[in-house]
Amino acid sequence: MADIRSLQDAVADLVHDGDTLAMEGFTHLIPYAAAHEVIRQGITDLTLVRMTPDVIYDQLIGAGLVRKLVFSWGGNPGVGSLHRLRDAVENGWPRPLELDEHSHAGMANRYVAGASKLPFAVLRGYRGSDIPTRTDTVSTVVCPFTGEELAAVAALNPDVTVIHAQQADRAGNVQLWGLTGVQKEAALAAERVLVTVEEIVEELTPRPGGIVLPTWVIDAVSVVPGGAHPSYAAGYSTRDNTFYQAWDPIARDREAFTQWIDENVRTTEGALTR
Amino acid sequence: MNATPTGTTGFTSDELMEVNAARALADATTCFVGIGLPSTAANLARATVNPGLVLIYESGTIGSKPTRLPLSIGDGELADTADAVISVPEMFNYWLQGGRIDVGFLGAAQVDRYANINTTVVDRGPDKPEGRLPGAGGAPEIASNCGKVLMVLRHSTRNFVQRLDFVTTLGHGSGPGDRKKLGMPGAGPVAVITDLGVLRPDPATAELVLTALHPGVTVEQVRAATGWELTVADTVDTTEPPTPDELAALRALKAAGKPAKETR
Repeated sequence: MADIRSLQDAVADLVHDGDTLAMEGFTHLIPYAAAHEVIRQGITDLTLVRMTPDVIYDQLIGAGLVRKLVFSWGGNPGVGSLHRLRDAVENGWPRPLELDEHSHAGMANRYVAGASKLPFAVLRGYRGSDIPTRTDTVSTVVCPFTGEELAAVAALNPDVTVIHAQQADRAGNVQLWGLTGVQKEAALAAERVLVTVEEIVEELTPRPGGIVLPTWVIDAVSVVPGGAHPSYAAGYSTRDNTFYQAWDPIARDREAFTQWIDENVRTTEGALTR
Repeated sequence: MNATPTGTTGFTSDELMEVNAARALADATTCFVGIGLPSTAANLARATVNPGLVLIYESGTIGSKPTRLPLSIGDGELADTADAVISVPEMFNYWLQGGRIDVGFLGAAQVDRYANINTTVVDRGPDKPEGRLPGAGGAPEIASNCGKVLMVLRHSTRNFVQRLDFVTTLGHGSGPGDRKKLGMPGAGPVAVITDLGVLRPDPATAELVLTALHPGVTVEQVRAATGWELTVADTVDTTEPPTPDELAALRALKAAGKPAKETR
């Protein structure tokens, strides 16, 4: 059953040094406030998992908290490169970053296997690509029925998954809607689950295409209005495209980045407000 | 490449590329849309040559009908205007791998003469770390499973290279038959549209050859911007210049997509 508790307590309790941590969100509902709490608490040596690491993973990497990244596309969507990610990979600043790299189809299926508690998933993928030469989590398997050789991808089972959602009720049941990406699979694949929400409501009203994660698959719910900013929560906020563009020059420069993190994350209390 | 309209033609080389990329979708039913130039082309196609085109974005939207260019594949308007919003595993497994998407539209950081794509890493020479690109994203399986693939990118020797530093996404491998050998269901890349012209694979060799030039561009210009010895088709067409309607639609999409108007 999910406890409803402060973000600070939930992160301190559920996220530990050395954890494999997935903070999912496919452009929508990205758990920025929770990631900033991870930075404030200095939780380190993390293996970060996400299909589309964007600005928030750039911040965690630049803050020196990450030793490995498992991903399929790393960029600032619609803007360009993640400069902190590139600096870590290319120059080892502020520490070297190990990569485990996949295609989107591969990552999605790794989460599906994780949620299904299977050791691997099967897809008709990676054919003709050099990607499998650089990872030990893609292999092949022969179909026992047709003899076709297929790609096998190792299950992803994060120690902790953190997602942001629109609503929870007082019992800790959570509902999210709009682009729901791979959040359900990432949550069900994980050992521990933290969900930050826009608000607590008396009763969840079912939404078309909405996903309900029942309280018994979640460890903690924290109420963090605006906790997805600069990404967005459909029905509550719109994407702050200006921030994503403003991030580019900040992230290009090590000093500008460090100053930004110090001023906007490390020395603040609670969620970053716009 | 000129970024502003020239006095003589009234349109830019980018606009030539975007309009021609949109025209390539005239007969498509469904299009799996990559972000950037492919998204511009696909949205322009809906506004001009193919209003019924079903746009599919990997964030999980099917049948998006945005009124402006989305800044990212997860732009709220893509979901708000979609016929359906589905999960990402469903998108890749049921719809893409299930063979239900007609055209995949991709960009690329590097492409070789067989339309293989690199979006992973670039070699920057001895004693230098390899340069990091965004990664594969959806491209490997889009190129494998869509009925056919269109590509759009600006033409330069940095992009059109003799040899890829890394094969992220297979186009035609090392020649005819490679895709079939790998059991790839789709036909693979059928056209690469650039700001200089159009390249298509020769059916006999699978190698990209120059088949069309944009107005005002010469074969020599394209050769100079291509990192391999480019083969030129026996007959090289000249693409039609953008019509006033096409230009107006493209500029309206771009103007509506200005970030200042998108934010709260």
